[in-house]
Amino acid sequence: MLEIKNLQVRGGGKDILRGINLTVNTGEVHAIMGPNGSGKSTLARAIAGHPDYEVVAGSITYDGKDLLALAPEDRAREGVFMAFQYPVEIPGVNNAYFLKAAVNAVRKHRGQPELDAMEFMSYVKEKAKILSLDPSLLTRPVNEGFSGGEKKRNEIFQMAVLEPALAVLDETDSGLDIDALKTVADGVNAMRSPTRSTIVVTHYQRLLNYIVPDFVHVLQDGRIVRSGKKDLALQLEEKGYGWLEAEPQLM
Amino acid sequence: MSAPVARYVADYHSAKTSSQPQWLTALRENALASFERLGFPTTKLEQWRFTSVAPITEKTFPLATDGLGAVNAGLTDSLSGGAAVAVCVNGRFAPSLSSLSGLPKGVQVLSLEQALISSPALVEPYLAKLAASDAHAFTALNTAFLRDGIVIVVAPHAVVETPLEVVFASVAAGKPTVSHPRLLVVAGEASQAQILERYVGRGATFSNAVTEVWLGAGAVLDHYKVQEEPAEAFHIASMYLHGARNGTFSSHNVTFGGSLVRNDVVAVLDGEGIDCTLNGLYVGRDKQLIDNHTTIDHAMPHCGSHEIYKGILGEQSRAVFNGKIVVRPDAQKTDAKQTNKALLLSDDARPGI
Repeated sequence: MLEIKNLQVRGGGKDILRGINLTVNTGEVHAIMGPNGSGKSTLARAIAGHPDYEVVAGSITYDGKDLLALAPEDRAREGVFMAFQYPVEIPGVNNAYFLKAAVNAVRKHRGQPELDAMEFMSYVKEKAKILSLDPSLLTRPVNEGFSGGEKKRNEIFQMAVLEPALAVLDETDSGLDIDALKTVADGVNAMRSPTRSTIVVTHYQRLLNYIVPDFVHVLQDGRIVRSGKKDLALQLEEKGYGWLEAEPQLM
Repeated sequence: MSAPVARYVADYHSAKTSSQPQWLTALRENALASFERLGFPTTKLEQWRFTSVAPITEKTFPLATDGLGAVNAGLTDSLSGGAAVAVCVNGRFAPSLSSLSGLPKGVQVLSLEQALISSPALVEPYLAKLAASDAHAFTALNTAFLRDGIVIVVAPHAVVETPLEVVFASVAAGKPTVSHPRLLVVAGEASQAQILERYVGRGATFSNAVTEVWLGAGAVLDHYKVQEEPAEAFHIASMYLHGARNGTFSSHNVTFGGSLVRNDVVAVLDGEGIDCTLNGLYVGRDKQLIDNHTTIDHAMPHCGSHEIYKGILGEQSRAVFNGKIVVRPDAQKTDAKQTNKALLLSDDARPGI
């Protein structure tokens, strides 16, 4: 599904990613952990096509296609979704309108008929029910007046509606209290499927108690220094990121 | 120095304290020097132009001594259910009125005086590091008289479901006295807790309180302050918050009592992605003056702050509200919202500016 080879990325005048190699097969959930400044969010944003970051070397192959050659909106049309670390507010544009535009853009790209307002509303209300979200959310402007936790829940709701093939969650758990964390994790788990790949970027192991990953990779100074299964995350929590500096195993 | 300042300085020198670490003695001496230099604020100072502290400075408030005997039954009863309550009377920890045996794992609630003896290393990195003694006379005064108070330390990753209640009772057996309530909260990385800070009392006492809160990275802290001192009391309080990245902080400041009340809340958002809510409710009657000043410093990008202050003012009460929001260079994507509304129940009530 996703193959990243020797990815090197610069941002803000600095080298951030110094050669990332990562393979994510369809249906897998991969966690990317690392200390602050290690490049976790940069990796997520490079996959999504954030214009502030420059890919200086390497490749990303997505479903057989060269992802780096596509503009961000085309990557989205191809089924790539990113849940933002800092979701923005869009006053004046309600959630339903926003989502309908996105859903139909993807459908058009796939040659499927677009949904009309009524078809869309019944589709999206079903999704709201699965995530136990209050449907009145749909008529509110995107993220306006939302708390941090509500914004993160809204990102997962968008993921549920868009049904991406590759979902990249950028520090979806940061700043959340334990109840909001569980709600967000429930939403992500409801979306797990053999046809969907998920990359979860997180600083803390706690989220991974609820969203159990197939693989865990640890980033340090722009490189993956260790990969393993979910127990790697538990070891990290116990020993701290400093442990890896003492025993790095470059991949 | 003016006569009021001199009285407090004299009380400093005659106050007896148990032996304290050298670093604390130095802190206190510096704070006293700041207080002498600054003097009490007058209405010529921008931050105090609507609030004269003459009702406090023209009176003599001797330093309160142990007031346990003057606490009437029920005064310090818990509001939160009583599972974790730390009570201070006139600024001194009162174990007989507190209930700390069933504290959940991951949190420590200690008397500051005790912590300075048994585990000073727990307190030294944090105590008086946020409270601005060099700029705020009342804070300097509190720090100069630092002796006891409450310390709450929440361990990293601990999720504390029980609300932690701290009650500061200011009581005067006879002549009105001054006390300096002190609260230090250290919320470890990714921890979660709720704290209720209450002020109750008896008599026309003067409470000069300072609260310092260190919010760890990714920590979630809900803070409530409820001030229900008698209508004749004086209450000056300063709260200082330091937020680290991705922290979430909410504070709800409720004022009912006090003839002259001043609340200063200073929040420094020193990391990306912090969400800070400062809410306030004030109810004024008779000739009460309630002054709320907030400062939120967006020092880093991607932080959000929200303030809603609401007041209900009747009879001849007055309120002052001043909310300052500072956005530093490169604090991109700052989102700050602020609202202050007052409901006036009489023609003589005057809302804040």
